Amino acid sequence: MAEDEHRRLARLAPNLRRRAQIYDFIRAFFKERDFLEVETPIRAPAIAPEPFIVPFQSEDWFLAASPELHMKRLLAAGYEKLFQFSHCFRKGERGRWHNPEFIMLEWYRQGADYLGIIEDTEQLIASIAPKLGFKNTITYQGKKLDLTFPWPRITVRDAYIKSAGWDPVAVNDSVRFDMDFVSKVLPAFSPERPTVLIDYPAPQASLARLKPGNPLVAERAEVFIGGLELANAYSELIDAREQASRFREAVEEIRRERGQDMPLPDSFIKAVARLPECGGIALGIDRLVMLFCDAASIDDVMAFTADNT
Amino acid sequence: MEISGVRRNSKILIDGALYNVEEAEFTKPGKGRSVYRLRLKNLRDGGIIDRTYRSGEKVEEASMNTEEEQYLYHEGDQYYFMNTKTFDQHPLSADLLGIKKNFLKEGMEVVMLMMGDEPIDVTLPITIDLKVIETEISTKTATITPQMKSSIVETGYRIDTPSFIKVGDVIKVDTRSGNYVERVSTGK
Repeated sequence: MAEDEHRRLARLAPNLRRRAQIYDFIRAFFKERDFLEVETPIRAPAIAPEPFIVPFQSEDWFLAASPELHMKRLLAAGYEKLFQFSHCFRKGERGRWHNPEFIMLEWYRQGADYLGIIEDTEQLIASIAPKLGFKNTITYQGKKLDLTFPWPRITVRDAYIKSAGWDPVAVNDSVRFDMDFVSKVLPAFSPERPTVLIDYPAPQASLARLKPGNPLVAERAEVFIGGLELANAYSELIDAREQASRFREAVEEIRRERGQDMPLPDSFIKAVARLPECGGIALGIDRLVMLFCDAASIDDVMAFTADNT
Repeated sequence: MEISGVRRNSKILIDGALYNVEEAEFTKPGKGRSVYRLRLKNLRDGGIIDRTYRSGEKVEEASMNTEEEQYLYHEGDQYYFMNTKTFDQHPLSADLLGIKKNFLKEGMEVVMLMMGDEPIDVTLPITIDLKVIETEISTKTATITPQMKSSIVETGYRIDTPSFIKVGDVIKVDTRSGNYVERVSTGK
């Protein structure tokens, strides 16, 4: 039996209050560090083509699945440090950790690489905990989680060899990569500490640059806390030709996989040529709020979801 | 059907065996494929299995129909129901009924889920009124938080009730959890 809306919203009040506090702390964190808060369109004629992120269409345009391209166009125009909370839309993503519309926090910093951005993330999250009355440790779903940084880093290669028994850098098998990630690799992460997974196989670089000296891997990192995939960071790719070629491959794969024609984001590709060295990250705010509210489901931290419209 | 359409309590067939989806969990690495983890209950032997599917995979949806039936009686661990139109009798085992077997009263109307001619499961009302036939004598005096004690209702089911419940009272029971909800009327 569905819970009555009035009761549901009343029950969520403590979580929604905490959510608002977390927004305040995040804004304060970035403003102290001279980041500029920006807003970019949630509806655009072209977005980053991603084989496994299905966008919603709005007439001939698309709803943003991430604000990344617009934020990088600002960086290319000389803005040095940017952050944004934005509504993002991804079709078909619904479950305990997913709602098709969700809030992403993204920030970008000129001169930083992916590990520099991970350090920002550690500081940001460790700064929120005491403001909410926690020491360095929170309890999430019955497990104590120590947020003291630095958080353990492990390469994708080592994590897969350890938990799944194969090397995804040597063997390019993206189906097995995804299935094993969910059933073997992620469950093996320590529940007591955040885990930073670094150096993804080059075919999964997306918008990250390849590692200088080891082009088999990309400078991409992901943060996992309490079993939740929280954030994805890159040393941003600043080679326009390479970016265009990766996007063309993605467009081709999307056409094959789901029969959809995605336009190339030309204005972005043009801007990549002027991008300075920079790093950036996308962090799922709803999941961060889940952690700090000890919430089992994303529905417990959002006032309205796809099932409570 | 597409795996993305599977929900909790969907009925699916795997290698000819009928399963109820007890849990359906959607998960997805941000840049990766959607993965669906199902916990499935075999509706013939009650066994539980876990299966993992990725987006785009298909599962065979079981075609089900429902009939209005009446509960008759039980013999050993078989519980008999009768179709109110055709008068066909259908047994269900205690294993498949699970907690529901505790709330069946003779003559009570239920909805029988059928796959072809085979009875699969019954749907009960969310709450049911049952008479208390036995209860502990409460020794506690009234306090602000109600004391709980053990009582037995007419179907033989043992249930925790507040201490003020007496033999002959009729109480409302949640058939999903088996928990006491409220007192409906007092016995003499």
